[in-house]
Amino acid sequence: MKLAGAERAERVCLTGAEYARILELIGREPVDLELDLFGVMWSEHCSYKTSRPLLRLFPTTGPAVLQGPGENAGIVDIGDGLAVVMKVESHNHPSAVEPYQGAATGSGGIIRDIFTMGARPVAMLDSLRFGDLREVRQRSLFRGVVKGIGDYDNCMGIPTVAGEVAFDDSYAGNCLVNAMCVGIIRHGDIKRGVAAGAGNPVILVGATTGRDGMGGASFASVDLTAASQERKSAVQVGDPFLEKLLLEACLELFETDAVVGIQDLGAAGLTSASCETAARGGVGIDLDVALVPRREEGMVPAEVMISESQERMLVIARQGHEGEVRRIFDKWGLNAAVIGRVTDDGMLTIRNEGTIVGQVPAKALAEQAPPRYPEAVRPAWQDDLVSLDVTRLSQQDDWTETLMALLGTPTIASKEWVYHQYDSVVRTNTVIGPGSDAAVLRVDGTGHGIALTIDGPGRMCLLDPAMGAAMAVAEAARNLVCSGAKPLALTDCLNFGNPEKPEVFWQFSQAVKGMSDACQKLGIPVISGNVSFYNETSASAIVPTPVVGMVGVVEDLVHICRQGFCEPDSIVVLLGENTDELGGSEYVRLATGRTAGRVPLLDLERERKVQELCLTGICRGLIRSAHDVSDGGLAVTLAECCVSGQMGAHLSLPVGIRPDALLFGEAPSRIIVTVGAGDLAALMDTAVEMGVPLTVLGTTGGTLLDINVSDKSLVHVPIVDLAAVWHGSLSQVMNV
Amino acid sequence: MKFAVAVFPGSNCDVDAYRALHDVLGQKVEYLWHRETDLSGFDGVILPGGFSYGDYLRPGAIARFSPLMTSVMRFARDGGIVIGVCNGFQLLTEAGLLPGAFLRNRDLMFVCDTVSVRVENTDTVFTHRCQAGQVLRLPIAHGDGNYTVDPATLAGMEQRGQVILRYCSPDGTVDEAHNPNGSVANIAGIINEQGNVAGMMPHPERAVENLLGGTDGLFILQSMVHELERRQHETCRC
Repeated sequence: MKLAGAERAERVCLTGAEYARILELIGREPVDLELDLFGVMWSEHCSYKTSRPLLRLFPTTGPAVLQGPGENAGIVDIGDGLAVVMKVESHNHPSAVEPYQGAATGSGGIIRDIFTMGARPVAMLDSLRFGDLREVRQRSLFRGVVKGIGDYDNCMGIPTVAGEVAFDDSYAGNCLVNAMCVGIIRHGDIKRGVAAGAGNPVILVGATTGRDGMGGASFASVDLTAASQERKSAVQVGDPFLEKLLLEACLELFETDAVVGIQDLGAAGLTSASCETAARGGVGIDLDVALVPRREEGMVPAEVMISESQERMLVIARQGHEGEVRRIFDKWGLNAAVIGRVTDDGMLTIRNEGTIVGQVPAKALAEQAPPRYPEAVRPAWQDDLVSLDVTRLSQQDDWTETLMALLGTPTIASKEWVYHQYDSVVRTNTVIGPGSDAAVLRVDGTGHGIALTIDGPGRMCLLDPAMGAAMAVAEAARNLVCSGAKPLALTDCLNFGNPEKPEVFWQFSQAVKGMSDACQKLGIPVISGNVSFYNETSASAIVPTPVVGMVGVVEDLVHICRQGFCEPDSIVVLLGENTDELGGSEYVRLATGRTAGRVPLLDLERERKVQELCLTGICRGLIRSAHDVSDGGLAVTLAECCVSGQMGAHLSLPVGIRPDALLFGEAPSRIIVTVGAGDLAALMDTAVEMGVPLTVLGTTGGTLLDINVSDKSLVHVPIVDLAAVWHGSLSQVMNV
Repeated sequence: MKFAVAVFPGSNCDVDAYRALHDVLGQKVEYLWHRETDLSGFDGVILPGGFSYGDYLRPGAIARFSPLMTSVMRFARDGGIVIGVCNGFQLLTEAGLLPGAFLRNRDLMFVCDTVSVRVENTDTVFTHRCQAGQVLRLPIAHGDGNYTVDPATLAGMEQRGQVILRYCSPDGTVDEAHNPNGSVANIAGIINEQGNVAGMMPHPERAVENLLGGTDGLFILQSMVHELERRQHETCRC
């Protein structure tokens, strides 16, 4: 039997039970407009109703955390009275339908989240996933997304400094586009998305409002089907030039004392900005949609309220400062229209030419979507995935060809085809740009730097979501450490399939537990994040893909490292220990066509110690280059060190491990470093003190990569050959 | 002695230019908003990179009509030193202060990289601190950097030494393989006939610190600074 109102609820993608809750909260039947508002605000995308209960597991506090989750972005102290503001967010669904605009507005949205906190955005990062590039549609998606990001970020004058891209068939119908923005702010300048002070004006600034992006939030909260892909009007259209003006105007506005609170208009547009600021401040907002500057004729109030037109912000200003706000936005050629006032009744009141057309408690919309507790069931297929017996893979005498094949796979090959399309140096603070383990930026006016990375090992998460998610945290931290930074805080984007399916929700709950565990043990709090569900098509769900963006502090910019071997006759050293684990590796996929096997064990205590040793070695000036062992294993890591530094190496690996596992296994907690011959003893002493295993592998120099085990050659190849494959593969496949 | 860095809506290398001149070279620098018209007191003008007016229509096509550009054109006619980098170069061609025009990059993709350029003429305001044939490593970042000009004009420019920078290999060989955007004759930078206005796609202002990867941009910026100092010195003596 259908509950009363079920049909009305269905129209806005809510359940009958949710509809019943609305009746309780407002004490009557909602009018259509009000129901529309509940539809978008209580969508998964805006309300986090399914994920919120689990996300409470994350550690979100710490001595450096100035703002945890719950605001537009998280903020962490970096010393000198400065702080980093950061957040990562998905724009998967729009990008799958319209890759260029989807990705561009993904950048636009996350940039606004950062400068709405008062910060100047200083860096962008991206994590992308696509299907097999041999398919023309995947190439077209990839090309469109990269161009969309580039055109937006470049025009904004924000350097895109790091990122990652991986490819797997499961993303064919549902690509992932996760954009991260990082800003820097003085502690005293932090702004918040809070309304306060009855009578204060509510001012809509920036672009005009049109019908683009109608109901984008609810669009992102259902599976992608042929019908939903027809909903092109649900995809917003971006204008980076307008956003650049909006950015500069807002930063100029923040220098005045006119602002009480400010929030960008993202998902659910004016609805979310008004009810969220009101709810946070415990006040109401009374606004008139007739006062909203429009770009289209004949828009009804509901359309104005839920439009996701880009490049708009809602400013709650001090009464009497309206002229000052208008003067600044005039200078930048932007609208600034007073559309309402703050009230003390806690209600979001919507008028049209003065007449009230909807009135609901702001808190009910913003915060009271009933949580969902879906069933979580370990998938039946999980056993089959992990049961692969990797010891039965065929062995070879010479592994050079395998190494070359791995270096040429799109997931491992150099991503310069991507990052050469991004301006990575504008604002002249980029010390290490794309193409190393982490980016390093100078922090103006200090001797310090920040390091940034973004990581998400989807393959491992499919096989063991908890371990895989923990690996995402560990790898991000390891990448920062390899550049010479101490990890400080993270932001996460959790990309999963339809949570109403018990198998998907099991993956999600496992991943959150694994991530929380790693955050706790490594002492890295989660300060902001985003959940993207419903990443599936009728064919299949994506592999679970938690993505971690992380920031660290570089104490002294003299002591930083890149991944490439940089001096001949240096000693190549492995920090950590090789194992015979091969499960989930790119090599297994290459050899069997499957992502399968048992995930390598991540010992977080070992991980912490390896990282501590590496950071200590860099900060003491002992370590000259550092590169973490990840996709493709030890051999690929060594090849990347050679190619990046344009320098060979002669190496002898310890006996006792099967060659394929030794060369290509992806066990975590390992870092390849180089030290000068005179510094080796000091590094070894430190390793002993810290209880970290360390192995000398050989020396740098020459033009060959030579890898031997007890005088038997496993890999013997000129660096130029490795370089040709690693540098050229991606552009080759894209220029078909 | 004082430099003006123009700021159009959408400029984004204005900060880079300001910092290079002010923080690294210790020069006096002021930002000038596009609605300003008064260039008195300024000795050199930098038209910075970025996306002035969103590159709507064509890069530089709208900025060319801004009030500030009217003054810059007068300033240039009077012999003032003007350098346009990237979007500034595009703007100078739109304003007719430099010959030629720009197309989309040959492969239609934005390109950010560090490239080699060969100094073709060291007898200019902008390059006199360089050695003849010197190869500079400079960053580029543009989508519309494919410089084009009709053959007759090009021949005249070549003859007069107006081509000052050409894309080349690290050892100075000028060939198609080292042309990042398809520019005619590998042209990366030019001057006007009078020699007081330069445009270049590479960013000298982004190559002024070893920490950020190199200092070859100083050869160009210091050439300008020294020339202005020389001029000032001469004026004083008169």
